Parts: sequence; structure tokens; C-alpha cells
Amino acid sequence: MTAVQAVVLVVVAIVGTAVVLARDPARQALVASVFGLSLAVLFLAFQAPDVALSQIVVGAVALPAMITLALRKVQRREEVKRGGR
Amino acid sequence: MSRRLRLCVFGVGALGLAALLVWGLAGLPSFGEFDGHYGQLLAHMTVPERKATSSISVTTFDFRGVDTLGEEFILFTAAVGILVLLRIQRVGEDVAAEPARVRRPAADSKTLQSIAAALVAPVLVLGLYIVAHGHLTPGGGFQGGVILMTAFLLIYLAGTHLHMGRARPLDAMEISEALGAAGFALLGIRGILLAGAYLQNFISFGMVGSLLSGGDIPLLNVSVGLEVMGALLVVLGELLDQRLLMRRDSR
Amino acid sequence: MSFLPYAVAAWLFLVGLYGIVTSRNLIHLIVSLTVVQASTYVLLLAVGYRTGGTAPIYADISASRKVVDPIVATLTLTDVVVEATVAALLLSLAVQAHRRFGTLDPDELGAMRG
Repeated sequence: MTAVQAVVLVVVAIVGTAVVLARDPARQALVASVFGLSLAVLFLAFQAPDVALSQIVVGAVALPAMITLALRKVQRREEVKRGGR
Repeated sequence: MSRRLRLCVFGVGALGLAALLVWGLAGLPSFGEFDGHYGQLLAHMTVPERKATSSISVTTFDFRGVDTLGEEFILFTAAVGILVLLRIQRVGEDVAAEPARVRRPAADSKTLQSIAAALVAPVLVLGLYIVAHGHLTPGGGFQGGVILMTAFLLIYLAGTHLHMGRARPLDAMEISEALGAAGFALLGIRGILLAGAYLQNFISFGMVGSLLSGGDIPLLNVSVGLEVMGALLVVLGELLDQRLLMRRDSR
Repeated sequence: MSFLPYAVAAWLFLVGLYGIVTSRNLIHLIVSLTVVQASTYVLLLAVGYRTGGTAPIYADISASRKVVDPIVATLTLTDVVVEATVAALLLSLAVQAHRRFGTLDPDELGAMRG
């Protein structure tokens, strides 16, 4: 096991814990994006460039976008309810 | 069951699971010593038999093509499920739809708009390149499809909509998704008709390293790319109240 | 030391599971599920790795070079995109649940019936 792989594995474990510990979903979307990027670096270190490419575009772009949009839909409904429609 | 009780039960269960996981994983071959012959066989057969250089793409679309067919249809079904859930909601009421006059989040930042607008074309070309070269270098339909989706998302971030003349972009994306999914399955059926087995190769292989090599892998890459791009765009469009691809207030 | 990848995979699985069990918000729960999914990717790729091996792309290496296993990479790469879409399906279920029950707290979802 190379030093790069060991370091990135530890980073992935730490960021993964941070994703779970971030209770606010809006903040969690950003931490999830960082988690996706660190996973992509890990996959590169494991000599799997295809998987790293997939993980970068999905974990850093598509997934946080979907989380943020779902959150926005929910907040919009709460705003409308509180606004007294 | 109260939260504290649930946490205690989880604690006990997690300890047991952790012990079992460690015991099970310790029985695996040591890291880096994996000696699976099937994988090595496939890797060594890639260039001689399929004339394509990316072993992973050949494994995905040729040697294990039926698995990819199944995964692709999971994606298609999930996208259909999302559309059913979110569109029924829209038909029921209109209170959660953002009125057209609400300012777009990107409207304040000229920097964001200019950078997003400038990046649309390069990202689009990158996506097409990754889809087309899937059998030669790392890449392929799945990765390229998501990159193509990002190009269209950048259009939204640039504060504008996709104009496609008189065609409706949302319909175009739905058609793209359906074409991709059907294309993959139908290419398999052509394999039956022309070569004797489902998803069997029916195109000649060509020279190693050229763009038109690898049999029907480039075609499968294109259909998967269309499907992934269409599915993700339709889903994102639905989450954005159909504002991603077209103006909501105009027909 | 060579147990580290498997240990990280097991740790991610347990941490994600903890997040799911103790979650107060459906969206937080779904993102914790992605952590659990990531643990399976790490485990798969760790199993297929060979020391001294390189990526199995033969465009610029000789045919006799040691390569890592391509099958686990195939499984993982289709899995990454598909699991993201399944997470999107769960997110739209959460949005629908909020519409029905007015709350995103998993503990209060079952309270309103009929």
C-alpha cells in the first residue's frame, strides 16, 4: 500500500464522518460534495480512472445539485404556508 | 420506542455488526494480493479479441453487457418513478411552483452568469469526446452522459433557457432518454438476429486504437450517454419546476 | 496496515448506518445513505487492487504489464451513476412526504393518519 493510498483512505474516513455529523441538510450538501471529490481521488489512487471520472461528475455535481433542489422545494412550501396563503 | 432506547439497541447491534465485518473482511486475501483469474483473463483478451484498448469499457459493454443492461434499466425506472412522484404533485396544486417573477438565484451575480455561459460549449465538447472515446481511453456512456447533463445545467446557471426553435426542450430530453434505453435493448436484439446471441457483436472490429473500433461498443456508449443525459436532465428539470429547459409561462 | 482499506469501508458503513438511525431530517438521512453506498465502492475497489498494477487501459502500456482487476471497476462505475439516481428517487419521496405530513422528521411521519 502506498503512502498516497493510506493518506487518502484516512481523509475519506474523516470526511465521511463529517457528512453524517453535519445535521443541517444545506450544509450537508456541500460536505457531501467534498466527500465525493475525496472518493474520486481515492479511486484514482486505486488505479481505476473510469470510476473516478464517474464519481467526480456524480458526487460533486449531480448529487449536491439534487439535494439542494429538493431542499429548495421543501423550503418553498414552508415559506408559502407561513406566508398565510 | 423512545430515541434513547433505539440508540442503545443500535449500539449493541452495531458492535455485533462491526465484529462480524472485521472477522469477515480479515478472511479476504491481503490488500493487493487478489488473484482472481477471471478478471485477468478478460484484461488480456481485450486487445486481441475485441480490438479496443479500454478493458473496463469492453468488460462493461461486451463481456458483461447483460449486467449493464440491467443497471441501465434501474436508472430508467428510477427516473420514471421520480417523474411520476413529482408530476402528480404538480397537477394537484400550484402553490409550490415558483411564480415567474421570482428572481433567479443567479440573477445577482454577473460573474457566475458569464463564467457559466462561457463554460457551456467546452463542457459539451468534453462530454461528446468522453462518450465517443469510451472504448479507447477512460470514459464511456455513463461518465459522458453526466458531463453532457452538466453542460445543460450550466445554461440554467447562466440565467437563460435552452432555445430549440419550435421544439420543446423538455420533450426532446424525454425522447433522448427513451431512445437511449430502447437503443441499448434493441442493439442486443440485433445481436440475436445477426450473430446468434443477445448483445453479441455484429459489427466488424476495425483497427486497434481507431475511433471506429471495438465492434458495437461505440454504439452502446452513445445510447447509454443519451439515456443518462436525458434521465438526469428530466429529473433535474422536474425538481426545478420545469424551469430548467424552457420558460414556464410561455408556450 | 494492509487492513486499512477494509477498515475504512467497514467504518463508513457503520457511520452511515448511525446517521440513518439517529437522523431527524429525511434529507440528512438520504445523504447518510450515500455514505453507506460509498463504503461498498471502497470495498469493491480494494478487493480488486493488485500491488504494482496499473489501470487496465492498453492504449499506452504493453500487453504484459500487471493490471488491476477490470471487473470490480465495471461494477463500481455503473453503480455510482445508478445509485445517485436512486438517491434522487428517495429525495422526491421525501418531498412528497413533506407535502403529505408537513414535516421532514422521521419520528413524526407516522403520527398523522387517515
